[in-house]
Amino acid sequence: MEYFLQQLINGLSLGAIYGLIAIGYTMVYGIIGMINFAHGEIYMIGSFVALITFLALGALGITWVPLALVVMLAASMLFTSVYGWTVERIAYRPLRNSPRLAPLISAIGMSIFLQNYMQILQGARSKPLQPILPGNLTILDGAVSVSYVRLATIVLTLALMIGFTILINKTSLGRAQRACEQDKKMAGLLGVNVDRIISLTFVMGAALAAVAGMMVLLIYGVIDFYIGFLAGVKSFTAAVLGGVGSLPGAMLGGVVIGLIESFWSGYVGSEWKDVATFTLLVLVLIFRPTGLLGRPEIEKV
Amino acid sequence: MTMPSHAAGAPPHGAPHVAAKAVDWSGSLRDAGFAAFVALLLTVPLVGLRTIDRPTGLGIEARPEEVVASVLLVFFGRLGLGLIGQGLALPVLFLALAAAAVGLAIPLPTQVLRLVLVAGGGIIALRAAFAVTTHRSKLTLAERDRKMDRVAAQVQHATKYIAPVAFIGAVLLPMTPLADRQLLDIGILLLTYIMLGWGLNIVVGLAGLLDLGYVAFYAVGAYSYALLAHYFGLSFWVCLPLAGLLAAFSGVLLGFPVLRLRGDYFAIVTLGFGEIVRIILVNWYQFTGGPNGISGIPRPSFFGLAEFSRTPAEGMAAFHELFGLEFSPLHRIVFMYYLILALALAVNLFTLRIRKLPLGRAWEALREDEIASASLGINRTNMKLAAFAIAAMFGGFAGSFFATRQGFISPESFTFIESAIILAIVVLGGMGSQAGVVVATLLVIGLPEAFRELADYRMLAFGMGMVVIMLWRPRGLLAHRDPTILLHGGKKPATGGAAR
Amino acid sequence: MSAVTSTAMTDDKPLLSVEHLTMRFGGLVANNDVSFVARAGEITALIGPNGAGKTTLFNCVTGFYTPTVGRLTLRHSDGKEFLLERMPGYRIAQQAGVARTFQNIRLFGGMSVLENLIVAQHNKLMRASGFAIAGLLGLPTYRAAENEALELAKYWLDRVKLTEFADWEAGNLPYGAQRRLEIARAMCTEPVLLCLDEPAAGLNPRESGDLAEILTFIRDARNPNGRQTGVLLIEHDMSVVMRISDHVVVLDYGRKISDGDPNSVKNDPAVIRAYLGEDEDADLPPEIAADLSVSAPAAQKGA
Repeated sequence: MEYFLQQLINGLSLGAIYGLIAIGYTMVYGIIGMINFAHGEIYMIGSFVALITFLALGALGITWVPLALVVMLAASMLFTSVYGWTVERIAYRPLRNSPRLAPLISAIGMSIFLQNYMQILQGARSKPLQPILPGNLTILDGAVSVSYVRLATIVLTLALMIGFTILINKTSLGRAQRACEQDKKMAGLLGVNVDRIISLTFVMGAALAAVAGMMVLLIYGVIDFYIGFLAGVKSFTAAVLGGVGSLPGAMLGGVVIGLIESFWSGYVGSEWKDVATFTLLVLVLIFRPTGLLGRPEIEKV
Repeated sequence: MTMPSHAAGAPPHGAPHVAAKAVDWSGSLRDAGFAAFVALLLTVPLVGLRTIDRPTGLGIEARPEEVVASVLLVFFGRLGLGLIGQGLALPVLFLALAAAAVGLAIPLPTQVLRLVLVAGGGIIALRAAFAVTTHRSKLTLAERDRKMDRVAAQVQHATKYIAPVAFIGAVLLPMTPLADRQLLDIGILLLTYIMLGWGLNIVVGLAGLLDLGYVAFYAVGAYSYALLAHYFGLSFWVCLPLAGLLAAFSGVLLGFPVLRLRGDYFAIVTLGFGEIVRIILVNWYQFTGGPNGISGIPRPSFFGLAEFSRTPAEGMAAFHELFGLEFSPLHRIVFMYYLILALALAVNLFTLRIRKLPLGRAWEALREDEIASASLGINRTNMKLAAFAIAAMFGGFAGSFFATRQGFISPESFTFIESAIILAIVVLGGMGSQAGVVVATLLVIGLPEAFRELADYRMLAFGMGMVVIMLWRPRGLLAHRDPTILLHGGKKPATGGAAR
Repeated sequence: MSAVTSTAMTDDKPLLSVEHLTMRFGGLVANNDVSFVARAGEITALIGPNGAGKTTLFNCVTGFYTPTVGRLTLRHSDGKEFLLERMPGYRIAQQAGVARTFQNIRLFGGMSVLENLIVAQHNKLMRASGFAIAGLLGLPTYRAAENEALELAKYWLDRVKLTEFADWEAGNLPYGAQRRLEIARAMCTEPVLLCLDEPAAGLNPRESGDLAEILTFIRDARNPNGRQTGVLLIEHDMSVVMRISDHVVVLDYGRKISDGDPNSVKNDPAVIRAYLGEDEDADLPPEIAADLSVSAPAAQKGA
């Protein structure tokens, strides 16, 4: 039972991270119908920016943890957003009306580029970091211990999700975003600056991925330039599982993937956990391609 | 990140008579300033601050000069591009040439900076020179596409004469005095990728299915041969067809459930399958050797008649004795070279023929419009399965060749990046174009082999190249399609004015 | 509902009978208990306001949808019967011999005009090529079959006046020519029932005149074994419908509201209500009024 709870909490925090990345996939897919293959790399960049910010703060002598965390979060979100914006501007926008495969190929190229860019700049070795936020919260008479970092991840993700849902559902920006998702041409005719909305979608997705990147750095304490690929594919799986285009779906999908991975590692063995995720992806796409919360789609003739 | 060549603001889109207008200095400066600001934000955290491994843990190091250099380069590059569009092409041309010359002549802190300066200056100079001669700042995408289409059509027609010459050249290569071990090795490498590209072209180029997991079949082929040889001692010539069959079978097995998925979902699922195969190879170490792979894979014999070693095994003749030659370790390499040449040509011949048959036409029809194909009674699933299985089979052949050539295989050789490289070859060359695959292989595999000292930047340039070629020509360099059957012979331009 | 008063030249068994067809999408009922028949050698027009369920019905007949309830029977002249609702889409085209065109043209745009017509003969050629094996070996049986296919393609190219464009990329043809090519492509499958989804949409009067000519030719022609093709047509252009169809079925809100020859349908009060709403005295836009009162003279003007 305690072991189960432990895995549950690990799975939830992992799932929160996948969910945050998955939102970027699902929003971009919703609005321009492409798989932003470089999104995993954006998350990796977020993680590196957080690491570098922490080290820079250390070099400047700022070691008060709460301040360091806030600055890391802000810097990571800001700089990663710029990367998200630039990737869209350079690699995708000129291909808006091209054959369907062109943006996907361009995205794969971008992903390879960013990976190697990071490898050349920051080195191929994995980057270890001493725990910034050590300590555990113990419950059930010490049988289950939850690290503060994991707890913080879950809380922060919840807060971000609530804020983000309000942003999408209540503000005029969110309305414009949803309008573009329905019909870009019509939204453009009604005076919505479609290019700007698409850029903003990438910026928002990148900012959320940056949060995920920072949390991964805090939880695991080690990152390298290659973490984006696997996390990207799994988060995409999460987005598909939840139903592409649906924000709550992305979060739900992330949590499901996180739980599966966590329980699989806990009870079966960690070597095969990636196979479990990929198999799930294949099964979902075959039997329920619209995902858990997606709208059904009829082949239009 | 280098210059965002289309950064924000609205640059005037190549209006024909830009020279008449006054130069909008403040607009251009603002535009360039914005691009430079973006460059600053991009470079400050990752270029300006580097993590370094210290014995005490991670340290950090500032590199402000690199940030300043990249921001300045972006600023002047963007400004130059903006001014070309406003009639100042001539001065920009001189300045860009000067910058490139400076990059060549003056010692700079890093090689990368020099490369960026020379290449950036060169590109801007080219654009400026183009603007000076045509009074146009740039072509629209459609114009460029039409131009490239004509080039592609010419190349396609020239292939009739180039292909036999290239073929004879490839056959004669090992007999020339140039053919040392290194050159033959590169030749074998290139031919392996050409074969893989041609194989994948069946799925991607003809049937229009974006397969991101082709390397899985390559792996199945390689491991089939390695394991069959390891556990049952079967020879290469028995295993080659078996490996092809096993790969085709795995293609059917994987293809059957996923082939009805839409384009990009299909791509992701095939990627997932590719990874599953690799993870199985890593984790099932009792059977596959795990991450250590399998070594000591037997080399092929001369069609089971003779061996390429000085002292052949019991009951086998030695190749050099059989033909009365002086022993040379090069014989085996030459044989390998001809083997992969024959395999690759077999794939090519197959594709050229199948395009003119109902099966190939059905694939192309499916690529164009699945629903219309179904309305004509084409069984979508079976046709796609056939494409998938046939391409997988060729991948399997290539894989077992790879295994016997290397003598050692491990899951390392079958990562996603390998799939991406093969796909890039197909897509960059121009989907469906057989000549495009050859050209793209020379670019993607050949160029990095030629510049081995820049090996660190190889994948960086590869990724950038994929993006740039997609932006520049989304359909691929030599994308051009000739009809497979003509009513009026070749008299008229077959595409009827390529006004796409 | 008036009785079928067609020119009844065929035997009493109709080519296609639709019985109690109902198609639901979730809560939406697109077709509600629709029954009618279509005969060989006749043009059966399916009309109705937008959203009446015409295209859905088409998609059921051609196998793109499986109907929720109902039976679709297709009878060949040799007595073979096919229950279309039980067959997957491609088999309906392959075995039952139902061919169709699409509301928004679906050609193989990157392939040549001639190739479009050869692809339509896929199944025949596939068998002849021994599922590509005989073809790969270059056996003469396949070459003969391909020549035969080429002849059929040439015949239909000539019929739809596209011979000179045979080697063009289909996507580069002008709009009207694309419509004609789509019909030729469907005919190259040698169908017993040809289903056309708004073939006159976007055509100018001269082009719709050509179209009407092609359709009447298809209806009247007999293939070598004396069989006639039935045509099922969805069309908004009333001048075309009234001029060429032998039998008209009217749908509204998924239900059949009228069925009969063009004249009786035109005067059916239910049809007028469906098109004009309950209030018959309301001011009509002139073009709708003109469409409704189309009669013989108007049709001749259209040609």
